[in-house]
Amino acid sequence: MKQSIPKRPMMKEWHVIGFTIFLLLVFAVILSAQATGVGQDFSSEQFFDLWAKMANPDWSYIPDIITPLLQTIQMAIVGTLIGCVAAIPVALVSASNIVRNPYVRGVVRFIMNLVRSIPEMLLAALFVAVVGIGALSGVCALSVFSFGMMFKLLYEAIETVDQGPIEAMRAAGGNRNQVIVFAVIPQVLNQYLSFFLYTLEINVRASAVLGYLGAGGIGLYLNTTLEMFRYDRTAVVILGILVVVVLVDALSNKLREALS
Amino acid sequence: MMVKKRSFYEQSRPYIISLIVLLIVIWAFSGIQFSGIKSSAGQILGSIFSGLFHPDWSYVYSGHGEDLVSALIETLAIAFLGTIISSFIAVPFAFWAARTTKKFSVRSSSGKFVLTVIRVFPELVLAIMFIKAVGPGAFAGVLAMGVHSIGMMGKLFSEAIENIDRGPEEAIISAGGNRFDALNWATLPTVMPEFINFTLYRFEIAVRSASILGIVGAGGVGAPLIFALSTRSWSRVGIILIGIVVMVTVIDWLSGTIRKQLLK
Repeated sequence: MKQSIPKRPMMKEWHVIGFTIFLLLVFAVILSAQATGVGQDFSSEQFFDLWAKMANPDWSYIPDIITPLLQTIQMAIVGTLIGCVAAIPVALVSASNIVRNPYVRGVVRFIMNLVRSIPEMLLAALFVAVVGIGALSGVCALSVFSFGMMFKLLYEAIETVDQGPIEAMRAAGGNRNQVIVFAVIPQVLNQYLSFFLYTLEINVRASAVLGYLGAGGIGLYLNTTLEMFRYDRTAVVILGILVVVVLVDALSNKLREALS
Repeated sequence: MMVKKRSFYEQSRPYIISLIVLLIVIWAFSGIQFSGIKSSAGQILGSIFSGLFHPDWSYVYSGHGEDLVSALIETLAIAFLGTIISSFIAVPFAFWAARTTKKFSVRSSSGKFVLTVIRVFPELVLAIMFIKAVGPGAFAGVLAMGVHSIGMMGKLFSEAIENIDRGPEEAIISAGGNRFDALNWATLPTVMPEFINFTLYRFEIAVRSASILGIVGAGGVGAPLIFALSTRSWSRVGIILIGIVVMVTVIDWLSGTIRKQLLK
């Protein structure tokens, strides 16, 4: 008995799709390299000069940056708090197991997706133009940013809760508010707190550079030290940011582990 | 039956935690001055919105490179190149940082530490440093993006390596293969879909960050936006914002579709 191996179709035998994707990627790399002017002279002299200056930090600058570092954390907390609280009603409206009307959900989600697509630095630039220089514009930018982020995380969490308690509340004659308070909130509370901490982590990182545009916090010192070519002080500012970010991350990770 | 009485600490724990949280919130609000709003704030907000609804369409495409389309293409190119570069460099970092045994290992802890340091180093500062080296322009943005992405992708990749099934690797080793065989025939094929998935995810984020690099002069759409904001040409601010929102939305949708196909 003669058996032959089934022949693979031409497309698969020569890996047409794989090769096409590979060629397209190479083509895209070449095009983007042209668009960005890759391959300009890399003056390693200047670059290493910068690193050499930063390798000798001016430790006496530490007392000056403690207040702005604390302000950075304050901005992150206030911004996260405002944004995350504001996201709760909007997330409820766009969850399919709370609001049955698909058009209402669609419109809310569409608007929120637009809000979410603006990077926080651009929000900060806009708010500095509107509100003026200072920590308040940073807080506004962080609020809007965390609003969009928390909205998405929260409505997805609400949509995946156990339907049993919701149906039980409805069957027992509960209205929508009672369903939310007694069936939805107890199920998502832990997740909400964990998302809150996660948003806070991201906001601490973001608020460290917001000041570069004049939106308060440590970023302003980044800007001034760089402009005055005091790279030894820039190094201290960056180290300060690193310490704060690592500490907040570690704390928030501990708390999130305790929550889950 | 006696109910075991809870200790004083257990009883008061919720109140103590609430008090601490409340104190932190009060402290945070005390540091922000809410009174410093400019008197013209409402007027400027109004002009921004009117700019959004009456955008400067003539800026979209002018044909000689100083327009929105070329700025957006440059932004995409920065994000794309930065992500591609770092997706390759991140792989060895990921194997360095992946914890493959239950025990504490110096190798993986040191790798994780290095990745954390790279990750929390602000992207804008990197961009400023590279501008010193290569001059202002998109190239500096590409370098900054490439270095910064290593930290995040290395972390995601190493978590993917930690989570895979060790069975195929052990099978190859016990069948007489060496470690390179195990890597080539068991580990890489298993983690590749995850790697591509995370690379696409990182690309979504990179597009967002690339659009702000222009603020420090590292190319992309950020520079014309800051310029338009400082010259108060609101209709131009409007069209640039619309351009960024459209670009980010389209990229998110595209990458989301590909990722869904990949993970099926």
